[in-house]
Amino acid sequence: MSDASSTPQPRHIPDTLGTRWGRRLRSWETLLIAVLIAVFTINALSSPYFLNAWNLSDATFNFTEKAMIAFAMAMLVIAGEIDLSVAAIIALASTAMGHAATLGFGTPALVAVGLLTGLACGAFNGLLVARFNLPSIVATIGTMSLFRGISFIVLGDKAYTEYPDSFAFFGQGYVWWVISFELVLFAVLALLFWVLLHRTSFGRAVYAVGNNPTAALFSGIRVARVKFMLFLLTGLTSGIAAVCLTARLGSTRPSIAFGWELEIVTMVVLGGVNILGGSGSIGGVVLAAIIMGLVTFGFGLMNVPGIVMSIFIGLLLIAVIGIPRLVSPQSRRVE
Amino acid sequence: MTMRRLLQSREAILLAVLVAMVLAIAARFPQFAAPASLANVFNDTAILIILALGQMVVILTRCIDLSVAANLALTGMIVALASLAAPAIPVPLLILMALAIGGALGAVNGILVWKAHIPPIVVTLGTLTIYRGVIFLISGGEWINAHEMSDAFKAFPRTVILGLPVLSWIAIATVALFAVLVTRMPLGRAFYAVGGNPHAAVYTGIDVGRTRFAAFVISGALAGLCGYLWVARYAVAYVDIAAGFELDVIAACVIGGISIAGGIGSAGGAVLGALFIGVIKNALPVINVSPFWQLAISGLAIILAVAFNARAERRKGRVILKRAEQAA
Repeated sequence: MSDASSTPQPRHIPDTLGTRWGRRLRSWETLLIAVLIAVFTINALSSPYFLNAWNLSDATFNFTEKAMIAFAMAMLVIAGEIDLSVAAIIALASTAMGHAATLGFGTPALVAVGLLTGLACGAFNGLLVARFNLPSIVATIGTMSLFRGISFIVLGDKAYTEYPDSFAFFGQGYVWWVISFELVLFAVLALLFWVLLHRTSFGRAVYAVGNNPTAALFSGIRVARVKFMLFLLTGLTSGIAAVCLTARLGSTRPSIAFGWELEIVTMVVLGGVNILGGSGSIGGVVLAAIIMGLVTFGFGLMNVPGIVMSIFIGLLLIAVIGIPRLVSPQSRRVE
Repeated sequence: MTMRRLLQSREAILLAVLVAMVLAIAARFPQFAAPASLANVFNDTAILIILALGQMVVILTRCIDLSVAANLALTGMIVALASLAAPAIPVPLLILMALAIGGALGAVNGILVWKAHIPPIVVTLGTLTIYRGVIFLISGGEWINAHEMSDAFKAFPRTVILGLPVLSWIAIATVALFAVLVTRMPLGRAFYAVGGNPHAAVYTGIDVGRTRFAAFVISGALAGLCGYLWVARYAVAYVDIAAGFELDVIAACVIGGISIAGGIGSAGGAVLGALFIGVIKNALPVINVSPFWQLAISGLAIILAVAFNARAERRKGRVILKRAEQAA
C-alpha cells in the first residue's frame, strides 16, 4: 500500500458509460419495448378479438395521425420549444380544404390546400417565436385560439361534407391487404424524421439549440432559423394529419381534433423526450405512439370508456417521468 | 410611484383599453354601459377573475397549472353529489368542502412538482386528464341537473347583497385578499422571489419547492371554490363542464401582463386581463357579432399581449444599461 501512495498510479477513467449493449439495455427505448410487449400480451390474453389482422389494422388509426405530428413535435421539444396550436392547425387546414371542396377543387388541389395551410400556420408560429422572441408556450396558446377561432368564424355550427370520392383514400385507403395508407405514411415519416434528427447536421443542431441556445449561437448555429424550420415542420405535419383525418371522417367541423395537442405532447414525453429540451429520440416516440394506440384499442375491446383510459394515460405520463427522478437523484441533478 | 410611471404601467394601459372598448360599444349600444349591464358582465366574469388570481401566483413562481378547469369540474361534481346524498349539509360547509377538496387536488400537483421534480407542465397535463377521468368514474357519466339540486345549493351565488350577487362579492373579496397577499405578505413576496430568480431565492432563505407547493395549493383551493360556484350558478354538473377553460385563465393572466417566465405581474393585471376577456365575451352578442368570433379575438389578444409583454421586458433591460453607461 505504501508503494502505491508514493508512486502515483495512472487512474483509469472510462471514456464510455458501460458497454454499448449495457447502455442499450438500460435505455428508455428498452423500457418502452417492455411496456409494449406487456400491453400486447395483456390485450391478447384478455380479449379473443385482439389477435386479428383487421382489428389490429383498425387499432393503428388510433395513433397514426397523432404520431405524424408527434415526430415534428419531438424535434421542437428537443430544441426547447413547444407548439400547442397543432390541433387548431388541423382544424384550420381541414376547414380550408372543406371550403376548397365546395368550390369544386379536385383531390390533388385539396391536398395542396391542406398542406399549404399547415405550412402557413407553422410559418406564423415560427415568426412569432423565432423572429419576435415570444415564449412559445403562450404564443402558441394564442395561435391555437386564433386558428381554431377562424375555423369557428367560417363554419359556425355547420360542417363541410362535400369531399370528392377519391379524397377518401388518404384516410380510408389500403395499400396492401390490411396495411392502410396511413400506416405506410406513418412508417415513411418515422424513417424520414429518424434520418433528419439522428443522421443530419440539422438534427445535431436541434440538440445543440435545446441544450444551450447561447452556446449553439456562438458555435455558428443559426438558432432562430433552426427554430423557424421546426415550426414549419410541425405545421406541415399538422397539415398532413389534417388531410388524413378529414379524409377518414369525410367531414369537417370546427371542433375537429379537439384536445389533440395534449395527447401529442403526452406521446412525445412518454417517448422519452425531455420536456425541458436537449434529449430524446424518434424511436422512443414511435414506441410511445404504438403503446398509446394499443392501450386505447385494448380498453375499447374490453368496453372500457375512452375517458377511463385517459386516466391511465395521465398516470402513465406522471409515472414514467416521476419514477426515474425519484429513484436516481442523478437524473434530477441534470436540471 | 410617480404619476408618470403609474400612467405608463401595464394596468393603466389595460384599463384605458378596457374603458375605450366599453365606451366604443356604448356609443352605438348605450344599454351595454348601463350599470346593471356592467354589473352583469362583472358577475359573468367573476369565476374567471378568481381562477386567474390563483393561476397568477402559480405563474409568478415560474410554474403553470393546466389542471384548474379539471379540478373545478371534479370538485363541483363531488360537492353536487354530496349535496344530493345529504341535502341537509349547509352551504357554508359545502364551500369549505370545495376549498378543501380543491386544495388537496392542487396539493397533488404541488407535491409532484416539489418532491418528484417533474416539470409543472407535465404534472398538470397528467392530472388534467386524470381529474376529468375521475369525474366520469364517480358520476358514471351521468348529469346532475337543476331539479336534483336543493334550492339553497343553487340560490347562494345568486343571492343579492347591496345590489350585487354573492358571486360578485366573492370575486371582489378574492381580489382584495390577493392584492394584500402578493404585495404585503412574506409568502406573496416569496412567489416573486422564486420566479424572478430561484437561485437567489434559495440564498435569501426561501424554500423554492415549498413556495411552489403553496402556490399550487392556493390555485387548487380557488379552483375548488369555483367548482361549487360554477355548478350552483349554471345548475348542472357533468364530466365536461368548463372544458378548455384553463386556457381562458392563462389567457387572462397573459393579457394582464403576468410574465410566463415568472416573477412579474400584479393582482390588478390579472383582474383586468380577465375583465378584458369577459367584456369581449359579453359584448359580441350586443353588437350583433356571432359568438363564434370570440375564440379568434381572444387568440389575437393573447398574441398581442405576449408581444407587448416581451417588448416591455426588453425595454426595461435597455434602460438599466443606459444608466450604467451614463454612470461610467
